[in-house]
Formats: sequence, C-alpha cells, structure tokens
Amino acid sequence: MSKKVPEEQYQKTFSYKFKQWLDGTKDPFLDTVEMKRQETFLENKEVLQQREEEKERLLQKACDLERNAEFRIFRKIYRVFSVLFCVSLVIMLLTAVSNLPTFGKADNPVNNEVSARYIEKGLQETGAVNIVTGMILDYRAFDTLGESHVLFVATCAVLILLRVDKKDDRDLYQTNDRKYEPKNDVILQTVARILVPPIFIFGIYIILAGHLGPGGGFSGGAVIGAGLILYLNAFGFAKTEKFFTAKTYRIMSFGALACYSLAKSYSFYTGANDIESIIPLGTPGAILSSGLILLLNICVGIVVAGTMYTFYCMFRKGGY
Amino acid sequence: MDFIQNFPFMSIILSLFSGPLSSILNGKWAKRVNMAVITVIGLMSGSVLAYVLGTGQGFVYRMGHFSAPWGNEIRVGVLEAFMALFFCVIMLLCMLGGVAEREKEIEVSKQNLYYIMVNLLLCSLLALIYTNDLFTAYVFVEINTISACGLIMIKQNGRTIEAATRYMIMSLLGSGLLLLGICFLYDLTGHLLMSNIKEQVQMLAATGQYHIPLVVSLGLMSVGLAIKSALYPFHAWLPDAYGYSTLSSAAILSSLVSKGYIFLLVKIFYRVIGFNVICESKVIHVLFVFGILGMIMGSVSAIQERDIRRMIAYSSVAQIGYIYMGFGLGTEIGVVASIYHILSHAATKSLLFVAASGITDASGGSRQFRDLTGAGFRNKLAGIAFTVGSLSMVGMPMFSGFISKLLFGQAAMGHTHKMLPTLIALAVSTVLNAIYFMKTVIRLYAPGSGEEAMVEGRVIHIKEQPAKSVALVFFILLNLILGLNSEPVIRLIESGLQMFD
Repeated sequence: MSKKVPEEQYQKTFSYKFKQWLDGTKDPFLDTVEMKRQETFLENKEVLQQREEEKERLLQKACDLERNAEFRIFRKIYRVFSVLFCVSLVIMLLTAVSNLPTFGKADNPVNNEVSARYIEKGLQETGAVNIVTGMILDYRAFDTLGESHVLFVATCAVLILLRVDKKDDRDLYQTNDRKYEPKNDVILQTVARILVPPIFIFGIYIILAGHLGPGGGFSGGAVIGAGLILYLNAFGFAKTEKFFTAKTYRIMSFGALACYSLAKSYSFYTGANDIESIIPLGTPGAILSSGLILLLNICVGIVVAGTMYTFYCMFRKGGY
Repeated sequence: MDFIQNFPFMSIILSLFSGPLSSILNGKWAKRVNMAVITVIGLMSGSVLAYVLGTGQGFVYRMGHFSAPWGNEIRVGVLEAFMALFFCVIMLLCMLGGVAEREKEIEVSKQNLYYIMVNLLLCSLLALIYTNDLFTAYVFVEINTISACGLIMIKQNGRTIEAATRYMIMSLLGSGLLLLGICFLYDLTGHLLMSNIKEQVQMLAATGQYHIPLVVSLGLMSVGLAIKSALYPFHAWLPDAYGYSTLSSAAILSSLVSKGYIFLLVKIFYRVIGFNVICESKVIHVLFVFGILGMIMGSVSAIQERDIRRMIAYSSVAQIGYIYMGFGLGTEIGVVASIYHILSHAATKSLLFVAASGITDASGGSRQFRDLTGAGFRNKLAGIAFTVGSLSMVGMPMFSGFISKLLFGQAAMGHTHKMLPTLIALAVSTVLNAIYFMKTVIRLYAPGSGEEAMVEGRVIHIKEQPAKSVALVFFILLNLILGLNSEPVIRLIESGLQMFD
C-alpha cells in the first residue's frame, strides 16, 4: 500500500539521504560529493621520459657497487665475520684434533678386532692378495656398490647439464670447437700413436691385477679413460666415433652396472640366507682367483673409463 | 630365516638396478619402469612392516658372507619399514601429480635421465632408512645429493641452474661436515657399525675420555645434516630449489629428501651416540634455538612472498624448524612428535605443491598472488586440496598438522626450561602460518573481477588432469587418515623408537 511520492519530495526524505550516504555519493556532514571517479591518468611524453630517466638513475645507483654505502658496509662486515668464523672454526677443529688418540700408537681404538681380521684372515677368506681390494669388494662390497653408482649418477647429472640434443644448437656450438688449435697436429698424432697402446695395456693390467697387487677398477679405469681422451685429442671425433658413441657408452655402463648388481645380489642373498656360494676362491696369486673380485674390478673399470671419456666429450662439445 | 626378511635388501637392489636400466630405455618406458618399481617396493615394504609387527622385534640382515663389524649389514625395525612404506607412497603420488609438468618442462631426449635420478634417489632413501653402518649411510648420502641436484636442474632455465648451484654448494658443505664427524667418531671408537660405535661411545661418555672430540664430532654431524635438511640459518638454497624446479621434483625434495636426512639424524641420535649422551650435550640446545628461530623467520619470509610456490617453499623452513625444536626438547615424546611431524609435513607439503600447480594452471600459468584471485572456483579440486593442506599446516583439528602441534605442546608441557619458549613459539608460528595460508585461501575463493578471470583462466575439469586429480584425492585422504586416526601411528613410532635401542 505504498503511495507514489514525487521525485523532489522523495529527495528530501531521510531514506534517500541515507541511501546516498551508503552509496558514497554524498557526505552527510559536508553536504558535498565525497567520492567521484578518478580522472583517467594521462601520460604525456615528458612525464614518460622523466620516469624512464628516473628508473635508469635508480638502476644505476642500485647497481653501482662502488658507491653503494649499504653494500660497502655489508662487504666490510662480511669480511670481518668470515675471517672470525674461519679462525674460530680452525681453533675448534685443532683443539678437537689435538685431543684425538695419538697417531700410530698400538693401543688406539682403531687397532681393534676389525682391522686385525682384515689383515690376518683377509687372504684366506677373500682369496685376494691385495687386502684393500678384498676389503672394498668383498667384506664391504655394499659400500662399493653404492660408490660405483655415485659415479653413474654423476655422469647422468653432467649429461643433464651439458648434453646438447637439439641439432641446430649443436651446430651452433660446434663451430667454435677448437677454433685456435691446429687440426691433425703431426707431433701429437705421432706421440699418440706410440703412447696410446701402452696406456691401454697398462690400464687393463691395473684392472686385471687389482686383486694381486696395487690397482683395481677405479685406478685402471681412470688410466684407460685418459688414454681415450689422448686418442680423441690427436685424431678427432671422426675416428673415435667409429668405435665409441653415446650408444656404446650407454650399453657398456648398463651392462657393467647390471653385471655388478647381479653378481653382488647373488653373494648378498647367499650370504644372508647361509647358502654356500658356488663361486670358488681359487688359489691366491693366480689371475683367475678370489671369487667375484676380478669380475667386479672389470665392471668398475668399464664404468670409470666410460665416465672419464664422457665427461671430457660433454665439456668439449656437449655430445659425442 | 623367513623369505620375507630378504625384502628390504631386494627393494634397495631393485631401485639401484632400475637406475642404469632407465638409461637404455626411452622416456616413456622409463616412466613405466619407475612407477612399477616404486609400487613393488611399496608393497614389499608394507609386507615387511606387517612381518615386523607380527614378530614384535626387528631383525638384522647380513649383506654378504661376513658378519657385522667386518661386512655390511642392514637393520629393519618397525619404524624403518613404516618409513620405507610411507616414502614410497608419497613418492608415487608426487610422480603421479607431476606427470603433465614433466612432459612439458623436460626435453624429450632427457626424460629418461629424470627417471634415473628418481630411481637412485629412492634407492638412497631406502638405504639411509635401513642401513646399520655409518659409512654406508655416507655413500648413499652422496647419491642422494647428486640426484637431488639433477632433479632441480632438469628443467633448464637460468633460475634452476642457479638454484642447483646453490643447492650443490650448501649440500656438499653439509656432506663434508658429516664425513668429518664420521671420521672423528671412527678415530675415537674404531668402528663404523652403529651398534658397536654406541657401545664404545657409552663407555667413553661414562669415563669422560675424549670429551672434546666427541662433542665436536656430534656437532659436525648435526650441523652437516641440518644444512642438508635446511634448518633456519642454512636455508638459503631452499626457496629457489623448491620454487623453480619442476613440480614432482619440488614435491619430492621438500617431502622426502630433507626428511631422509632428518631420519638419519634420528638414527645417529638413537643408534650411534645414544639418546642419554645427546641429552647431556649442549648440541640439542643449539638445535632447539635454531628450530625456534626457523619457526618464526620461515613464516615471516613466507608472509612477504608474492609467489605461491616460493611461499610454500618458505613454509618448509618453518616446518623443518618445528622438527628440530622437537629434537631440541631432548625427551622421548619430543622425538615422537618430531617424527610424527616428519610424516605430517611430508604428506601436507607435497599436497600443497601439487594443489598449487593445479591452481596456477587455472590462472594462466601465473604464480603471482594477484592472478590467483578466484582460482578456487576455476579448478575446484585443486582449490579444495589447497584448503585442506592449508588447514592442516595451520593446525586445524581433523587434519594431520593438528596432531603434530598437539604432540609438540604435550612434549613441551612440564619441561623445566624449555616449556615457555616452546609454547610461545608454537603460538606465534601458528598465527603466522594462519596469516599467509588463510590469506591465500581467501584469495582463492574471492570473487574475482570479471575481466581478469576471463583473460586466461578457465574452469579446469577433472578429466583434463586425471593423474593430478587422483594424486590430489589420495593426498587429501592421507592427510585425513593421519589426522583422524593418529593413535596407531603414534604407537607405531613409539614402538619403533624402542626397537632402536
């Protein structure tokens, strides 16, 4: 039952004023319009230019490390603190070291039944004349299994970082490869022709004799890898790619690691379940002796050699 | 010996073997192998857990023909088996949630390298959980570090390379300190096997011999692992590493990698040094102070952040602070609370990362807060999941975060010196958590102005991201299970800790 009120009369009512206040178009105290639309912000060229200049100046000042007071103070404090920190760390570690058991004494805690058994029974139990090899590849083989996978995962990380897979990118980078070096250097090639075969043979010897004397997969593999790198430097990628490509490396490292894992799983499994291992230890000192150690050394050698060579290729041109 | 006792060894070897195997497969098959391996290992860990719960005692598994101090061995108890199972579940869900991002952000020819990294990461986590030998632990810490680096830098842009460099420097520093600590300990005790070291250390502590080197070695190991798990003053590598890497990497790094190191620290406390010696030393006070600082400062940094992924990353700093604060209390119940928080944070943080990616997908790929307005309406499932994660982080009842905060509160009660600071820090940190998480949730459900929402964002149907949706649903369920059914889990942790001795 509302009656229609004329517009002027309605504008005088309280409800209309309240509505206006609520909408924000009118301030009841000032009786003027409180809020109005902001004028659209117009920019002319001068303002724009000025702002650009200010920005530039700001950037200059912020990046001006010579005259940036805050940065200078920070650097001074940083220097002082780093020196203090290092000195205190050195003092702490020296104190700790000076309180350790005296080096080389017979009754040190390190000279206990663990090392005694390694030395006394190592030859008899592992069949390896080199007891260090016997220790890392038989007694504590699980650690070494992990260690060889550290190498593998490191190669993969380098592949992620450096391998260039897109063809145009590779062409781009390859142009700069060995720009200032002579190609087909006669001196290098002659020396390499003489040196590379003995290096390979020496590397193979170190690997195969790992259980008989000083040596093993890690050191022998590194020697072979160095030989490969020398060969590559002398004769270029065209020659090496005939026998060593990315695919060869993949299959080689997979084969070696799989072989390693399988061999060790067998010995872990039989060991833990008290099953007699069928692998004979052989006569100590013979080349075919000491159970799985020879095989494991070969596997490790392959992985290490491939890793060395791959690292070099990756750093040089991002692929094989 | 029961056949089931071989399962922990088999799961380590299986994940180790699947790494080189992925190198000869293409990306698609590597992904399948990876999923299968994680599932199989999860099932095996589950049955090991059932077995250990059934027999009521842990067992030692000899790796090879030579018994413990000479050869290697692994040790399985309730807590170890449970952790392995839990890590597998979380890793599977993280991998599932990030499928689409991986396809998009990683070069096709490098996809299989990613799975190599994930497989070896899983292997190293399992080995860290099960190992009974400090040096084995160090070897697998190395694998863990390198593969985590690979996970960060596989998405190649300037940001991730910079983040990976930072991560590598800090993490290698941590490894170095850990190795130094292990060397000191070996020199003092002549052993690397955890139980033998503990025997010797208890003797040394009783006689007071070699006190200084013992404390220094303890400090070195704690600080090394604290750097690697991003305790507050050493967290500089964290926001970039979590913020810019591809989705499943960020989720795995935040919920598993840092937790693996913390679990190793728990093992060092309990099985290598002995908890009584730890409590007498000053090292736990340092951890306590850093933990509390981290709780506050991590949240303050998160509040200032404008990028949703980096905000979640900074929140990790605060949560790691909680865990170390629990250790710092130096009581059994404090450690239980910390381990529960490891679980709760792992479940929640990966949920948040996956949900945040769903939200940013619905906002045209932008991660800035201003673009997220109303995104909860555009991607409903991700919005709900993010809300669940936020509520859990803030500590709402029903969700897992509440239980861990309750446990921390209970642990602090009655502590002579540390009760008040702990409770105050808990309160302040909870309020700060609420500020930045609720701010985000409110923004997600704020009615956006029409124009902005129209630009790129649109309604995302569940069909479009099936893997992510499945992962999100399971994450939410996991959170609810941990929150509503916490009693058995807490009992499990307690019995696991008792088996540690």
